[in-house]
Amino acid sequence: MSIQDDIILRTDNLTKHYGGVHALEDACFTLRKGEHVAIVGDNGAGKSTFVRQITGVEQPTSGDIFFEGKRVEFNSPLEAREAGIESVFQDLALCNHLDVPSNLFLGREEILFNLGPFSILNEKKMMQKAHAVLEKTAIKIPNLNNQVGDMSGGQRQCVAISRSASFASKLIIMDEPTAALGVQETTQVENIIRGLKQQEVPLILISHNLRQVFNLVDKIWVFRRGRIVGEVNAADTDGNEIVSMITGVTRGVHDNASYI
Amino acid sequence: MFKRANLPAEASIFLVLVGIAVLFEIIGWLVVGQSFLGNSKRLVIMILQVSIIGIIAVGVTQVIITAGIDLSGGAVLALAAMVAASLAQSADAFSPVYPDLLGLPVIIPVAAGIMVGAACGWANGSITAYTGIPPFIATLGMLVTARALAVLYTEGQPVYSLSDSFSVIGSGAWPVAIFFVVAILFHLILNHTKYGKHTYAIGSNEKAARIAGINVKRHKILVYTIAGSLSGLAGVIMCSRATIGQSGMGMMYELDAISAVVIGGTSLFGGRGRISGTVIGVCILGVITSGFTFLRIDFYYQEIAKGMIIVTAVMLDQHRQKLRRERSV
Repeated sequence: MSIQDDIILRTDNLTKHYGGVHALEDACFTLRKGEHVAIVGDNGAGKSTFVRQITGVEQPTSGDIFFEGKRVEFNSPLEAREAGIESVFQDLALCNHLDVPSNLFLGREEILFNLGPFSILNEKKMMQKAHAVLEKTAIKIPNLNNQVGDMSGGQRQCVAISRSASFASKLIIMDEPTAALGVQETTQVENIIRGLKQQEVPLILISHNLRQVFNLVDKIWVFRRGRIVGEVNAADTDGNEIVSMITGVTRGVHDNASYI
Repeated sequence: MFKRANLPAEASIFLVLVGIAVLFEIIGWLVVGQSFLGNSKRLVIMILQVSIIGIIAVGVTQVIITAGIDLSGGAVLALAAMVAASLAQSADAFSPVYPDLLGLPVIIPVAAGIMVGAACGWANGSITAYTGIPPFIATLGMLVTARALAVLYTEGQPVYSLSDSFSVIGSGAWPVAIFFVVAILFHLILNHTKYGKHTYAIGSNEKAARIAGINVKRHKILVYTIAGSLSGLAGVIMCSRATIGQSGMGMMYELDAISAVVIGGTSLFGGRGRISGTVIGVCILGVITSGFTFLRIDFYYQEIAKGMIIVTAVMLDQHRQKLRRERSV
């Protein structure tokens, strides 16, 4: 049983059809405690579909999801979040008109005095905590009182990730977290992910950037045409093998592939 | 260096208010030969005229911050005024609405008026939150319905003979005091409570708010209920001041309230706005009304000026936002 207890997330034959389109077929996936894995695959391989099923954005056509050993059915992203699954979405899901602490603490504000919905906020504490959270990530945001909408893409991404990272209890899912970022900002985000590894927070990373994948994760899951076609330890493989699995073309062809 | 971006949005609206007042002052000396601002009585009347609209506007501000709209303010005011007046008749009232309910303690008509408003607001919020009907339509429906209910309530008859104790609420400077208390209260609530934070969050990015665990539907219903309650309170004050309840009260007040909110810098797209701006917006409306009356200019010109100021205010605000964005990139 010990091997069972070790598993945070497991999916059995997870399937999603959109009408006649079989976006995901029989996905059997496992994630262990403290493990960082990457999901890679070509566009349309089913990566995002898979993530949408386990984060409650969509409900699977068939198959089961087990989280911490219990079978779960998430009807909304909120339910998944309440269960302890935090996602960093590609569109960030920040409130542009609010400042950094308000975004970090949205929906779980620190309260000074409880008056139900009119509870008075502990702004000082939230600001201090926000400083502490962002300090860990080495992101430079000159004034946390500024509206998030006025910040750069990198700063916004870091706020979004910090929010998940600072509250994530059990699992974090990041969908292309560095796709829109510059070199320096990408490094910062990668450092946050390394910090999560040290804290043994499990992570699923979706990325097109194989260099990043090899730098960050323990295990790589390869999706192709809606199916999981491989599960390999990052230490036991190389870019060529992964690219072959992604494309379904035998090795040797990709020696000069530019994205390795 | 003088940084314009760091000035609060209210500063520029306040300058507009001062500018308009000074303009009337100058024209006053040139044309009428007397001071516009030098007359303290006029200043009091000026704020009195707009304090009832101001109370509605405080509620409308919160609705608009959630990217909604409330068109029902004036009609809800009338319905609340009728109900409050019918429960506030003195013992010697001639042909009262409720012959068995005369000379009740003041708290009952006041509470009834506010409750009627709250119920209308709750209906607005529930319809908007649960059916997905745009708030424009939901509150437009309420505008028509509440106005009709106000007429139906006494079959069009005004309600006379309100008790002296009830009439105190609307007398003297009380409406102004109530307006300022309401404004300060909600200014603090919007800035320092969970309710306020969630109100801005929903207007800024509803999806993000939902993902963050905010019960968006319940929160919207609360916001609309508060707006309705404030319209109800405005109705209580209005019939108390007029010592009569009439179904035609508060006609078009919703538009004045929305104007004040928009002039005050609240974005119709949601996420941005402050009560302090709305208070200044209300004062601008008051100064315009008062100034035109002072110069004895026709009512219609007054309305034209108001219309132009509203459009100009939004144009300036959008320009300001654009500058801000460009500066931050």
